[in-house]
Amino acid sequence: MAEFEPRENQITADTLVVGGGIAGMTTAIETAEVGKHVILLEKTPSLGGRVVASNQYFPKLCPPTCGMEINLKRIRINPRVRVLTLADVEKITGGPGEYDVQITLNPRYVNERCTACGECARVCEIERDNDFNYGLDKNKAIYLPHLMAYPFRYVIDPAFAGDARMKKCVEACAYDAIDLGMQAKTITAKVKAIVWATGWRPYDATKIDNLGFGKYDNVITNVMMERLAAENGPTQGKVVRPSDQKEIAKIGFVQCAGSRDENHLPYCSAVCCLASMKQATYVRERYPGAEIHMFYIDVRSPGRLEDFYVKQQGDAKFFFHRGKVAKITEVAGSKNLILEAENTLTGEITKMEVDMAVLAVGMVPNTADAPPPLETPLDDFGFIVPGSENGVIGAGTAIRPLDVSATVQDATGATLRALNLGNRR
Amino acid sequence: MDKKIGCYICKGCDIGKSLDVDKLIEAAKEKGVAICKAHDALCTPEGGDLIKSDIKNEGLNRIVVAACSNRVFPEMFEFGDDVMTDRANLREQVVWSHPANDEDTQLLGEDNIRMSIARVNNIEPPVPYVEETSKDILVVGGGMTGMTAAKAAAEAGYKVTLVEQEEQLGGWATRNKQVFPKRPPYQQLEDSGVGDLVKAVEGNSHITIHKNTRVAKTVGQPGKFKVSLTNGGSSEPLVFGSIILATGWKPYDPEKLGHLGYGKTPDVITNVQMEEMAAKGEIKRPSDGKPIDSIAFIQCAGSRDQEHLPYCSAVCCRVSLKQAMYVREQYPDAKVYIIYKDVRSPAQYEMFYQYAQTDDNLFLTKGEIAEVRTAGDAIEIDVEETLLGEDITVRADMLVLAAGMVPTTKVEDEEVPTSDAAEGETKPEEGKTEDGKKAAESSEKGARILNLTYRQGTDLPTLKYGYPDSHFICFPYETRRTAMYAAGAVRAPMDFDTGINDAYGAALKAIQAVEAVAKGAAVHPRAGDLSYPEFMMQKCTQCKRCTEECPFGALDEDDKGTPLPNPFRCRRCGVCLGACPERIISFKNYSVNMVSKMIKSIPMPDEFDEKPRILAFICENDAMPAVDMVGIKRMQYNAMIRIIPLRCLGSMNAVWVSDALASGYDGVLLIGCRKGDDYQCHFIKGSELAEYRMDNVREKLKQLVLEEERVEFHELAITDFEKIPKIFDDFLETIERVGPNPYKDM
Repeated sequence: MAEFEPRENQITADTLVVGGGIAGMTTAIETAEVGKHVILLEKTPSLGGRVVASNQYFPKLCPPTCGMEINLKRIRINPRVRVLTLADVEKITGGPGEYDVQITLNPRYVNERCTACGECARVCEIERDNDFNYGLDKNKAIYLPHLMAYPFRYVIDPAFAGDARMKKCVEACAYDAIDLGMQAKTITAKVKAIVWATGWRPYDATKIDNLGFGKYDNVITNVMMERLAAENGPTQGKVVRPSDQKEIAKIGFVQCAGSRDENHLPYCSAVCCLASMKQATYVRERYPGAEIHMFYIDVRSPGRLEDFYVKQQGDAKFFFHRGKVAKITEVAGSKNLILEAENTLTGEITKMEVDMAVLAVGMVPNTADAPPPLETPLDDFGFIVPGSENGVIGAGTAIRPLDVSATVQDATGATLRALNLGNRR
Repeated sequence: MDKKIGCYICKGCDIGKSLDVDKLIEAAKEKGVAICKAHDALCTPEGGDLIKSDIKNEGLNRIVVAACSNRVFPEMFEFGDDVMTDRANLREQVVWSHPANDEDTQLLGEDNIRMSIARVNNIEPPVPYVEETSKDILVVGGGMTGMTAAKAAAEAGYKVTLVEQEEQLGGWATRNKQVFPKRPPYQQLEDSGVGDLVKAVEGNSHITIHKNTRVAKTVGQPGKFKVSLTNGGSSEPLVFGSIILATGWKPYDPEKLGHLGYGKTPDVITNVQMEEMAAKGEIKRPSDGKPIDSIAFIQCAGSRDQEHLPYCSAVCCRVSLKQAMYVREQYPDAKVYIIYKDVRSPAQYEMFYQYAQTDDNLFLTKGEIAEVRTAGDAIEIDVEETLLGEDITVRADMLVLAAGMVPTTKVEDEEVPTSDAAEGETKPEEGKTEDGKKAAESSEKGARILNLTYRQGTDLPTLKYGYPDSHFICFPYETRRTAMYAAGAVRAPMDFDTGINDAYGAALKAIQAVEAVAKGAAVHPRAGDLSYPEFMMQKCTQCKRCTEECPFGALDEDDKGTPLPNPFRCRRCGVCLGACPERIISFKNYSVNMVSKMIKSIPMPDEFDEKPRILAFICENDAMPAVDMVGIKRMQYNAMIRIIPLRCLGSMNAVWVSDALASGYDGVLLIGCRKGDDYQCHFIKGSELAEYRMDNVREKLKQLVLEEERVEFHELAITDFEKIPKIFDDFLETIERVGPNPYKDM
């Protein structure tokens, strides 16, 4: 169950899980369902991480919110899970069996009296970039993060908590739920083990100069494509060009955009090939006649996921081109894009004009710049190296790029690793 | 115990502004509630205190909270084990999705309260089914995955029995020279660690090891599996709480790879043979023991090939790069050619691939194999569709075929007993089973690893290609055989490191299962549910529908066909309850009677033109939240719909449709999850069963002389909330065309 602010200054549990995405939620729930106590910390205002921002999973093309609903139900009814949102880990001391963790609970500016009626947002005059939709649209400065948000309560963007215009929201709230003076609070957790599941963020595509993201309106990233295709996204599921909302006749998927590239991310993010092929089905569903072009180095669809690749190859207007896109330029006027792909062996360049390009950007571990505050070995890319006996236990994409199923599997395993480590003493 | 109901109506979130609360109270009181009160915001601490104090002072034991959806703040309305609470949705599904202060909106709100009262009036607190159970865990398969699972469970304090069919533990790992790197900088080959693991497992007092042993028979249910082991002789069965299947993989039969040269010369070998050769110390040409000047590897040998294994075995690219390193280490001048379709070195293994490419004598060529032939004492491989656009011929001393992995659960077609045995009519030779078992539709026919005596088959149900994997992306350990978990390369093609991780996951689930069973609680997805189906056997007609339809094989049957329930296998979906034409199956808190009473609890307006009534049975996990989201988004839908959420649409009993039509509803909607190959139902066949039961429903409609169009089935995903208003409107249009239910006035 979710708590806004524990009444105690010191809380205890068997395991502390840091990160409330699919990995952390899984570890937390699995721990609680084995009868142990767990604290789940999430940095943002609600659980669900990257997966709730996805439209569908490959290869089943089913919505992530279906499994999320089950997981949220498991959390809601289990008294052994304590969920703390807007939480940051400041300091960790101790070792397996007895960690002391200092946690900052940042102000939500909305207290537990909030009923999520939404009256505050209706009167709110301030708009902000909606981070859930990767800035593709705006929402209010007081907002419900998304339809499945848990906790199901509003939150104020801290940038606007001091804004005088927020007073209007306070007045509109019939439940005294808005507290603009709310302060951060520090508490301590005493736990036996710590699982670090802080996940990933998309690689900053503006760093890949030659691909034009940020310069050309119709170059988007794979994570943005998920939002465009989502019913609860900025376009209510319409996949259209950002520059003019035009329908798509020809689209290019640019694989390894910054990945397998020593200037950006040298490793492979493991999911992008399948993600792009999945996104091709979004395009196909909406535009039966559209041409889909995917530029790749190697198509990586391990295990039975190969079936999904084979199925897409059966689409007569889905063209696979081996070659890495080296450059994207915009056509003046039409805002179409020219993709220039290079055959890595022959050096031969092929050019293709498309309406819109999707960059398959890779995963950057959040531990790369926010490592656990306890000696934990990281590799050159910032992923946690598994097997450390005294540090934290990494789970999910904090260890390596993984798809959702592998992430959940890893997080389930981390549950037992943590319990065993915590009880070893 | 007598039921004493308190009904609490929240006025918050526009409910009070949009509905006539006094009339809601009146409607509740007519249904015989002891107390009915309105409050400004029940979800505040004051609201909770009001209910708690009434429970204490008035002895209430049933509570109806008429407020927001039960998906919101359920923890605030938990009042202990003896007090059962239900939520009547007045917010998302009434005032947020219908016009305020409108007669039809008001009637909808009143009806939701009436149905909720009927629900709490017809449920009892579940009393868990508890027996003495074992918490010991059986691990079948003593390779890296099985040993890791055994060790992980033992370290958590559980007694483990590890069964290995060979005379040594260790499995494939013992035959590996080295494994590819899993630690930064992801370049140097590593030791598999199998030796240390064998020692740790053999030295662990919590682990009992049976080598040269197989499972002869598994009888019973979670917490009480009676497992007979065999190592030639027979022994007393052992009792286990849960089972981990870690029997791994076998190599794809190389005899089928004649087109790639296998069998033409001893110098064409598989990657498994190459590994064994390297592990023994020296790589040399098999035919004459000559040192290697050049060697070729053909990737995807029989993999990603519709004629052989359509899937990718996930490890072979990295294995060939590793084996290339073995060759290069031994022969500083040898040339290595790897012919591939795509190099698959995911995640940080890309660094291993990049490192391997720093070797100037390693040549990687993308292409399709046209022909493999012998040429003198060498082998020639014609490669087409290369990146350079030209066909090339690779000449090498020796060829390694990177062949794929086949799960041990896969039964080769020729091994499947033919004719009647495949139909499941004959019983297996070994041991007489207690029940007339029949192969499950989705399990490998003829599988003989766990040798379950389940009515629905001898082993774990499998997905495609013989893998007993979970169907669910979010829940890789969701299984159709409760308390049995597959791990490692038997579940999906995977490397050692992934198998080791998988072992921890499966061990955790196995521990969860024994702990849940000991309390009489369900495991995923209704984890913790203490209810279970009870059978009024005197009235059973042995129709076998429940035993056939249970998605989890929980029900066996005796010679006459009477169901033999195994409550610890049960996942509480209620499919059996929906299947039973005699209505003899009930949960304490979910029953045919409960839903019938809810259906009949609302008044039926007789003015059809203005107030038709539609009953919708919907899946509580997907369709129900989707309807809530219609409200959260403040979209509008028709106020003539009355909704009853079900545990699973598969638990819909056809009698409810008759009840609804006999009570005067004009039509019935069934809304469940997507079915088919990519089904979303977490109880496997909910929608499929509901649709199948439509046949019964049509029969009933015929008997009642009613039109078929009065009942309609829809698939709906949780994200399909935009479609809901139209589904409702379209159905109402149909009903208007068909006309009023003639039973309305009776």
